[in-house]
Amino acid sequence: MQRLIDRAKELLADGTVVRVLGWKAGDMGYNPEPAMFDNAAELRNFVYDGFCGANLSKFMIEASKLEGKTLVFLKPCDTYSFNQLIKEHRVDRDKAYIIGVGCQGKLSMEKIKSMGVKAIESVSGADAFDAAEELTFETLYGEKTVAYKDAMLQRCHVCKGKEHMIYDELLGESKDTKDADRFAEVERIEAMSPEERFAFFQAELSKCIRCNACRNVCPACSCRKCIFDGTKYDSAQKANTTSFEEKMFHIIRAFHVAGRCTDCGECSRVCPQGIPLHLFNRKFIKDIETFYGEYQAGADTDSKGPLTSYTFDDVEPSIVAERG
Amino acid sequence: MKKIVKENLPALFRAIAAQQDLFLPIKTAGQTNFGLWTEEAEVDLETLKTVKSGKDMFFPQSETLYTCLKDDKKIYIKPEALQDRNFVAFGMKGCDVKGLEVLDRVFLADPVDTFYAARRKHGIIVAMACNEPETSCFCKVFGVDCAEPSADVAVWLTSTALCWKAQTEKGEALTATLTAAGLLEEATEADLHHVEGEKAVTRAIVEKLPYMNLSLEGWNGEALNEKFNSPLWEKLYKGCLACGTCTFVCPTCQCYDIKDYKTGTGVQRYRCWDSCMYSDFTMMAHGNNRTSQMQRYRQRFMHKLIYFPANNDGMYSCVGCGRCVEKCPSSLNIVKVIKAFAAEKTNEGGAR
Repeated sequence: MQRLIDRAKELLADGTVVRVLGWKAGDMGYNPEPAMFDNAAELRNFVYDGFCGANLSKFMIEASKLEGKTLVFLKPCDTYSFNQLIKEHRVDRDKAYIIGVGCQGKLSMEKIKSMGVKAIESVSGADAFDAAEELTFETLYGEKTVAYKDAMLQRCHVCKGKEHMIYDELLGESKDTKDADRFAEVERIEAMSPEERFAFFQAELSKCIRCNACRNVCPACSCRKCIFDGTKYDSAQKANTTSFEEKMFHIIRAFHVAGRCTDCGECSRVCPQGIPLHLFNRKFIKDIETFYGEYQAGADTDSKGPLTSYTFDDVEPSIVAERG
Repeated sequence: MKKIVKENLPALFRAIAAQQDLFLPIKTAGQTNFGLWTEEAEVDLETLKTVKSGKDMFFPQSETLYTCLKDDKKIYIKPEALQDRNFVAFGMKGCDVKGLEVLDRVFLADPVDTFYAARRKHGIIVAMACNEPETSCFCKVFGVDCAEPSADVAVWLTSTALCWKAQTEKGEALTATLTAAGLLEEATEADLHHVEGEKAVTRAIVEKLPYMNLSLEGWNGEALNEKFNSPLWEKLYKGCLACGTCTFVCPTCQCYDIKDYKTGTGVQRYRCWDSCMYSDFTMMAHGNNRTSQMQRYRQRFMHKLIYFPANNDGMYSCVGCGRCVEKCPSSLNIVKVIKAFAAEKTNEGGAR
């Protein structure tokens, strides 16, 4: 981690960048926050470890509007989002100096808690470039250990790979964390009967409290003003009415990000109610691959998206009816 | 004190629900929140904190206030009925109950919010003592004793039984009914001893919690301008995604918006929780008086720690439940804000 701080200080000192976008250490050892550092002194609070799951590409939308270059640390999966944002003209490549940081899988506090670890006082084993096989927690109720793998975010189990899609320089080692098929969960749901599937999504989506965390963290949700924040519509962005959440908001959002979602998994990471929102997006990704061939949003900055280019060979809308 | 053996809890819930609505922590799709008891519901008394506090049993996230109906050339206004039958809120924690005290200050003060008042009148709160509090908890800072919650009834879940102590008239009445039905029995000396033991253990853990000594020094009406104008806010808000998670899991956030919904045959006027994190918060005809996320972020903490106590005899609009601490997608929270200001004061901070 010190390597990152040292390099950031150099880049600030030689004027390459005027600020640093990274993560600031929290007060508990497992709660770092996305933060902007304006000078070398502030970097003493910089941290990068297994708990730095936040995708900083989203914050680059605002940073692109500021004077001067911002140094941003992006994990391999974050770089897909950055590329996609370039494609959509929502970030300015010239305003960013990207250090592609290594990633050894990011951790989920929800998963850790679900394994019975509570009242954590300190944690070890979550080093950024030297992650342990096992995490050790000192808690008020005794020491607990958890396999690092079991504590990883769902998205890390279907990792897109160690390669950064865009960067100015690279720092730190990555690990292969993929141990599951990306579409296995989607296939499990596709195999359900329509009634089972409806019940599944109804149970999940009726938990929604309309906090909009999924939308606000999403790099693909970069509209200056979301339609749901408009005052002209009956659908208040903050009123949770069960039927609306179950049938509309998340589905409309999934349609809107279809073909642009890089599957970064932030929506599921941040949902306070643990709704597996990534499933919608992944279903779209799977369908897009079926109908238009393999495509990964954010793998580059200039290819045409399958849903934004039209050819005579495109699948007809009637496919929906045919597939049921 | 009364008690009921653990195995008989379903019978207790059934008996309560036969007389009135019963709300209690229910697990749905992996998450525990307060919900209406049914035979099929998965009751979860083990989870320390429901995702949302018990607030919406008294102040629902969305509720219709009245409906306007059109009949030919006449327009009728149909007011929404007020809560007129009792309900039991079972399993709220000390912090949740303290949260209602904060809401009472707002909704029961003149002009009284009749919807809230009716629910408070008819709600019977059975609060459960905490055991194994989390490191995110800091209720003691706000005077809450999570080992012995103050409510209509306080209950303690031991390894074998639920011990039950009525603390108000409402609580006595419910206790009498359930005792007459043969569900509650007199607790034994051993039970009392067990409860006292549990309380001592919980209180000892509370003393060890990392946020237990959080100081609120300097957070009062006199410090309004100093806090409001602090350059720290510009630093503190940076990671904020402007979502409403902190607001919606909070037991004391009370702001709401009023909107109209066209039903096709009329207009439903409803209110729903608002969040100061949202761009249309307090939007008025002239526009919005908070135009940046920094201002909205600052509002949340100024309200909880400065404006509210200044207007309510020093009562803070935070009860230390720690839900925002656990749920913020960016790990920002009120504790970090309080600590940052404290660090600034002792010149250790700066980077925050």
